[in-house]
Amino acid sequence: MPRIGVFVCQCGNNIAATVDTKKVAEEMKKLPGVVFTCDYKFMCSSPGQEMLKQAIKDNKLDGLIVSACSPHMHEKTFRKAAEAAGLNPYQCEITNIREQCSWVHHDTTKAVGTVKSIDLTRMTIERLKKNRPLKKIKIPVKKRALVIGGGIAGIQAALDIAEGGREVILVEKEPSIGGNMARLSETFPTMDCSQCILTPKMVEAELNENITLLTYSEVEKVDGYIGNFTVQIRRKSKFVDEERCTGCGECIEKCPFKTESAFELGLSKRKVIYTPFPQSVPNVPVIDAPNCPKIQKDKCGACAIVCGPKCIDFKMEDKIVTEEVGAIVVATGYQLMPNERFGEYGYGRIKDVINGMQFERLASSSGPTGGEIRRPSDGKVPKNVVFIQCVGSRDEKKGVSYCSKVCCMYTAKHTMLYKHKVHDGQSYVFYMDIRSGGKRYEEFVRKAIEHDDAMYLRGRVSRVYEKDGKVIVQGADTLSGSQVEIEAEMVVLATAIVSREGADTLAQKLGIGYDKYKFYNEYHPKLRPVETVTAGIFLAGTCMGPMDIPESVAQGSAAASKVLSLFSADEMAREPITAGVNKTTCNACWDCVTACPYSAIERDTVKDRQGNIVKWLARVNEGVCQGCGVCVAACRSKSIDLRGYTDEQVFAAINSF
Amino acid sequence: MTEHNAHTESTGGFEPKIMAFVCNWCTYAGADLAGTSRMEYRPNVRIIKLPCTGRIDPLFIIKAFENGADGVLVSGCHPGDCHYTTGNYHARRRWIGFKHLLEFTGIDMRRLHFSWVSASEAIKWVDLINKITDEVKALGPFMEYKGLKEKAAE
Repeated sequence: MPRIGVFVCQCGNNIAATVDTKKVAEEMKKLPGVVFTCDYKFMCSSPGQEMLKQAIKDNKLDGLIVSACSPHMHEKTFRKAAEAAGLNPYQCEITNIREQCSWVHHDTTKAVGTVKSIDLTRMTIERLKKNRPLKKIKIPVKKRALVIGGGIAGIQAALDIAEGGREVILVEKEPSIGGNMARLSETFPTMDCSQCILTPKMVEAELNENITLLTYSEVEKVDGYIGNFTVQIRRKSKFVDEERCTGCGECIEKCPFKTESAFELGLSKRKVIYTPFPQSVPNVPVIDAPNCPKIQKDKCGACAIVCGPKCIDFKMEDKIVTEEVGAIVVATGYQLMPNERFGEYGYGRIKDVINGMQFERLASSSGPTGGEIRRPSDGKVPKNVVFIQCVGSRDEKKGVSYCSKVCCMYTAKHTMLYKHKVHDGQSYVFYMDIRSGGKRYEEFVRKAIEHDDAMYLRGRVSRVYEKDGKVIVQGADTLSGSQVEIEAEMVVLATAIVSREGADTLAQKLGIGYDKYKFYNEYHPKLRPVETVTAGIFLAGTCMGPMDIPESVAQGSAAASKVLSLFSADEMAREPITAGVNKTTCNACWDCVTACPYSAIERDTVKDRQGNIVKWLARVNEGVCQGCGVCVAACRSKSIDLRGYTDEQVFAAINSF
Repeated sequence: MTEHNAHTESTGGFEPKIMAFVCNWCTYAGADLAGTSRMEYRPNVRIIKLPCTGRIDPLFIIKAFENGADGVLVSGCHPGDCHYTTGNYHARRRWIGFKHLLEFTGIDMRRLHFSWVSASEAIKWVDLINKITDEVKALGPFMEYKGLKEKAAE
């Protein structure tokens, strides 16, 4: 027979005003297995907890009920007190007779509240009788981290983790880290040059002893769980030995073939052996294999001839490396929506219609025009430039429903950069609303309008077409209620920020959630903004949605601090509310495997002494299981159960209803 | 006989018993909020907290009716808001499948309710409980399963 104690809290008058706590306690005493009951003014106070501990010892209780406030308030408090008195903390259950009884039933005769409290407490007692002692799950933690994505968010996360004394593997898909930020000319609202603030961080990441840079690499496969991930990374062949390359650039110089530069967004050409941009980190060129005649047709090979340290190897193949890490930071960033979708703006058809990122390259001193604003068609300096905002953003029909957040700011910046470079030029901005929330942001936009003469027109553009070497923009100015036609020489589209191509595939590899735009989901949008539902995987930057540089950096640091706090102990403890499989009855139908939102259930085998498979069965990985219980309800043979919410416990509560 | 029945008999008239299976993260928290906001609703409901509506076995519902419930409510996070990402979708799918089966076993579908109540929807919770209680009260006690348990015990 169990020895259960029931403690009914009066919570001052919060419960006692509408519940006869003394009667509840007395009634509970009549139930089999209940050996001690009492009511008390404040169970959560120090004397209350002391009394509880004493009662456990005096009455040799093996389980206890506290009928008080919501378990969300004080379950931890009372479980801790129970543990201090030598009881398994999971032998303590809470009945919610405040939030769900005394506070919502205002009957001062106490009849209603008392009856309901008795019912609720009885149900909890019957449930408790089926409780089993549980132990917190201890998981060993490997104190190395993987950061996916070498943009500003990923670099920041890697640097912070490395500064904290832990090893980091930074994986970047492109030949150089730097991400989208490396393309930017100057940054709002301070107008400091992007390269000037970014490249020192890139170099720092390269030189930091705790950081291993794996550029031109992609995550292939992720196994394991928090503290114990095994990651396979594909190191795409660079055809250049990274160890021996000195970065002299001789090979690039001598390469006779050119192709379109992806980094310059088609605004200029680059060699077939190349570094994306002059400050690339690492400063090791790669060969663009599909365009290299030597690799394709065994013709040329000039680079290998001039290479001093002889580090070019045309036979080099992709390599798969396996790394063991305890935590993963995902910082894969964004891309712009393909402009080809916007035929009415002439993109792809009219050469002088470009997007915001291409304008960044035109304005950048390391860009294809050396920082001079020259239009792509004939290299002329445009005297009239039209900027069109919300191209794809806030446009559910053709684009995306969300706001891309940074376009208002960068367009204001573009008008300023343009004015600073072309003094007699005039810029026009077609906008829907100006969204300049942020420190010194509104002032920045005002400055563009008032100081740098940007002409802001509130309205949409209906058509863009070419006429006599000009780009004619037809649109509406809704503030003056008139149609406008501007003879522009260049048009810049503020195209929507969208998730990276392949974002969904990576999410599936990692087992993290994403929304309908394939932006990754945070655990909680307000309170856990850099965590994912998969324990041990964190997020940073624009892979979650549009954001600006300060936000991305803050998130990089936030993710790093989460990783470091995970790494602060050798083992981590987790709530033992996890599923467990009955090995005898499991018949391997795998319904639980398909149902599990966390891929926490694995297909396991039982083998005989000779190593022959006797039986297949499901096995729950406790490190991954989050305790939702979906598998339990899905199991046909009732072979899987959820600790803390077992069928036995729930049925016991229902049966005493 | 439970205390609850004793109370109904002493007050006269039929007071239905409603059992609510709710998830820990949304509806349970929503019901807590109704309390902290000192709202008032019918006292007929008894809540059983589960981590997720996806944990709810249709047997729970049958057992609840067998044990004297006159109405049952299942409530969790709104679609897309599940704490466990997809648990409530499993609940919804199961609900659609089992609805007909439960009906076949003799349960009047007006006694069974499925709802989404988020942690901030205390008012929705209050309205829901009042509505269900009144509806079930109008239907009268659930007699179809009466004596089933006793018969099984024999």
